Amino acid sequence: MSDTASKAPVLAADGTPLKRSLNRALRVQKMRALALIAPLLLFVMLSFIMPIGDMLFRSVENQIVENTLPNATQELAKWDGSSEDLPPEPVFRALYHDMFLAAELKRHTRLGSRLNYESTGMSSLFRQSGRKLDDAGKDYRKLFLVVDEAWGDGATWQSVMGGAEGATPDAALVKAQKSQIYRLDGEAPRGQLDFAPSQDVSALLPLTAREYTAFAIVTSLIKKDDLAATKPFESLFVALADDLSTADLSGYDGPGADNLRALQASGLPTPNYTEIFGEMDKDWVNIETWRTIQIHAEPYTSGYFLNAVDMQKTPTGVEMQPEDRQVLITLFVRTMIMSLTIMFSCILLGYPIAWLLANLPMRQANVLMILVLLPFWTSLLVRTSAWKVMLQQQGVINDVLVWIGLVADDNRLILINNETGTIIAMTHILLPFMILPMYSVMQTINPTYLRAAKSLGATNWTAFWRVYFPQSIPGIGAGSILVFILSIGYYITPEIVGGTKGVFISNRIAYHISSSLNWGLAAALGTILLVAVLILYWAYDKIVGIDNVKLG
Amino acid sequence: MAASNSSDAFVEFERVQKSYDGETLVVKDLNLNIPKGEFLTMLGPSGSGKTTCLMMLAGFETATHGDIRLDGKSINNIPPHKRGIGMVFQNYALFPHMTIAENLAFPLEVRKIDKSDREAKVKRALEMVEMGDFGGRRPSQLSGGQQQRVALARALVFEPELVLMDEPLGALDKQLREKMQFEITDLAHNLGITTVYVTHDQTEALTMSDRVAVFDDGRIQQIAPPDQLYEEPENSFVAQFIGENNTMMGTIKEIKSGVALVELDGGEMIDAKPVNVSEVGARTRVSIRPERVEVDKSRLKPGAHTLKAEVLEFIYMGDIFRTRLRVAGNDEFIVKTRNAPDQRRMQPGEQIEIGWLPEDCRALEA
Repeated sequence: MSDTASKAPVLAADGTPLKRSLNRALRVQKMRALALIAPLLLFVMLSFIMPIGDMLFRSVENQIVENTLPNATQELAKWDGSSEDLPPEPVFRALYHDMFLAAELKRHTRLGSRLNYESTGMSSLFRQSGRKLDDAGKDYRKLFLVVDEAWGDGATWQSVMGGAEGATPDAALVKAQKSQIYRLDGEAPRGQLDFAPSQDVSALLPLTAREYTAFAIVTSLIKKDDLAATKPFESLFVALADDLSTADLSGYDGPGADNLRALQASGLPTPNYTEIFGEMDKDWVNIETWRTIQIHAEPYTSGYFLNAVDMQKTPTGVEMQPEDRQVLITLFVRTMIMSLTIMFSCILLGYPIAWLLANLPMRQANVLMILVLLPFWTSLLVRTSAWKVMLQQQGVINDVLVWIGLVADDNRLILINNETGTIIAMTHILLPFMILPMYSVMQTINPTYLRAAKSLGATNWTAFWRVYFPQSIPGIGAGSILVFILSIGYYITPEIVGGTKGVFISNRIAYHISSSLNWGLAAALGTILLVAVLILYWAYDKIVGIDNVKLG
Repeated sequence: MAASNSSDAFVEFERVQKSYDGETLVVKDLNLNIPKGEFLTMLGPSGSGKTTCLMMLAGFETATHGDIRLDGKSINNIPPHKRGIGMVFQNYALFPHMTIAENLAFPLEVRKIDKSDREAKVKRALEMVEMGDFGGRRPSQLSGGQQQRVALARALVFEPELVLMDEPLGALDKQLREKMQFEITDLAHNLGITTVYVTHDQTEALTMSDRVAVFDDGRIQQIAPPDQLYEEPENSFVAQFIGENNTMMGTIKEIKSGVALVELDGGEMIDAKPVNVSEVGARTRVSIRPERVEVDKSRLKPGAHTLKAEVLEFIYMGDIFRTRLRVAGNDEFIVKTRNAPDQRRMQPGEQIEIGWLPEDCRALEA
């Protein structure tokens, strides 16, 4: 405030502050300019900024564990992962019912794949357990049917859970289960649910009420079946047996009260969830499995980034991956070194061409320019495949070398499926990106500078090195940035000619995107690559100055 | 133009020819001697070969035929950097990535002059062109005139005996150009260096030079001191190229004691001085400077031939009056008269009589 007062604003002729009148005068122009760039802006937002944002988010996002096993993760959080004891019974209890619901919606295998990135074997553990979850429920179902055949009927369950006529429905429970299923399934269950557990029942049989509500939502809103005519989940028998082992039914007089009392009196065994899981797969009673789940249960994780630099999270903290799984740092370093090599090769090969282009008479320069641009008119795949033909051991280059006698026939050079192949092919493909910026800068260097240097006594070399070369550096800089940034993220060429030794980090990213489906890791790798490029750009700006870069 | 004794010539062109494409000659049989310390200007329209001559002298172009000698030694096969000739370029060619001081130090560095000497020389050269405080700046931070001075200082800092200048003042505005013209000539004479100066601006050529070589069509048309060049052009091209001239076509009727009687195409008779016409009956182009035309009949010699003229236009130009007349069917006949108290201002439509001294009117080849 004080400095606006000390500097009196300049006023326009009508007394308004000059700045404001200027803004008003320019507003129409600004709006028009904005309208002109709006389509591109929108396009860039949709196709560039938002995907990058999504990628950044995916590299830390890890809600899948919490979404799939909401109750189990809550219980598991209470467990001390560094202890030598298995998690307590409530964890297994929550896991059983979470897993059952997830398996019904076929979501448990996704979680298995996710955890498999951290510990191999998780995927099959989840897949197989999903199938075996029914077994325990079926055992209880038999016991129920012995007491009363009616328990096999969906209608019985509905009337029991719905409570007496006029009972207060437990709307909160329905809402909570709906949102859980939404988070699990990724899609909101739509439509009106014509069932709600009564508050009495949900107080008396909390687990059963919860699971039955979930069953009702899945059946009538997702599968669109008639709730009364559908066989109830096997897990409901387990849940009810569980509830009945502690419930006090003495004061209860709702529908099916007698039935429930009969069940309670029949001496149902209380479900031992730890045992159930132990029978399904002994990995469930392996403490390491639980440690893995606990460590990776947080909704946002640094795990993907740690994986991206060959590290991992363990109960004792962050440590390096086992030696045989360390590939990514090597790949990053290789990508950097090879990109630099490609960049320098491009400078060495491109500089003379650019010089010629800038100094030849118009007609010859045009022909040369067409030759430089020719690669742009050919498909990238065709060019790369051509290199495959050229470089292979029985290929053109080796044949010529053998024919000349430079290379022995039984000792042909290995030029492809390794770093050499990638460097040769990518140097060729990226060369125009080096030549064009160099050319555009060199074109602006007046030849009289060289003449002046020579007239002042400089030899051809001195004149070039002291006078011409320094002025061409902005072109080299622009070309180098362009080539380096393009090559650091190059994918197709290394994929085709790189074999195993000549692939880049981008090939690994593609592998995780399309084959291993570990998008989180792919996103983390991509983010690291992006940050690396930005850091290099920043460093370049500090050292050379981005103002010195001329792209045309 | 004749091959004078070549012993005192510092720069010599002997029968030099230059062709770029092998079909046409850009420079045709050039012979030129420049004595030490002379300020010689090569003047001519563009494409006349003057710049090519300069470039051959500097070593950036090789002569197709002939010999160029510097201080008696043939320099045809010496590369430019060994010729030791200072050069100032049209666009100054100051290295943009170096400071002014570095620019000036460059020729000294490549000559391996040690640092303290170098600094002293750079300082002296900068002070010589009154740019002592600008050593740390970049060329882009200087005005055109300042860049010009620096370019000059750079061309002189390694103390060459010959300096070439290729239209160095072309990019400057008129006032600055006039100031720099004076400074350059001053500097060249004080240092006693031989200067070859290329320009297409005849005023510049006339004011600066000891001698001017007028180029056209690959040949030197006339080489002479400025006053002689202006007053005694040797051919029609020079007469028309240098300054303003009124020309009329006619035929020689009679040549008597250095005065030719010319019958103009309209039938009028005038006196003129024959320059490169000698035969009676030959076609001639007579040329007279606008300021040498006499409009006051009383000041003419008795018996001098006069011509009738009609005033078409009168232009007041401050120091002079410029009057356009119709003379012998020529509507573009210009007369310049001094703005003096006794000078009459002619009115358009007025009929007057004009005349001149026979020696001011030159009968040249047609």
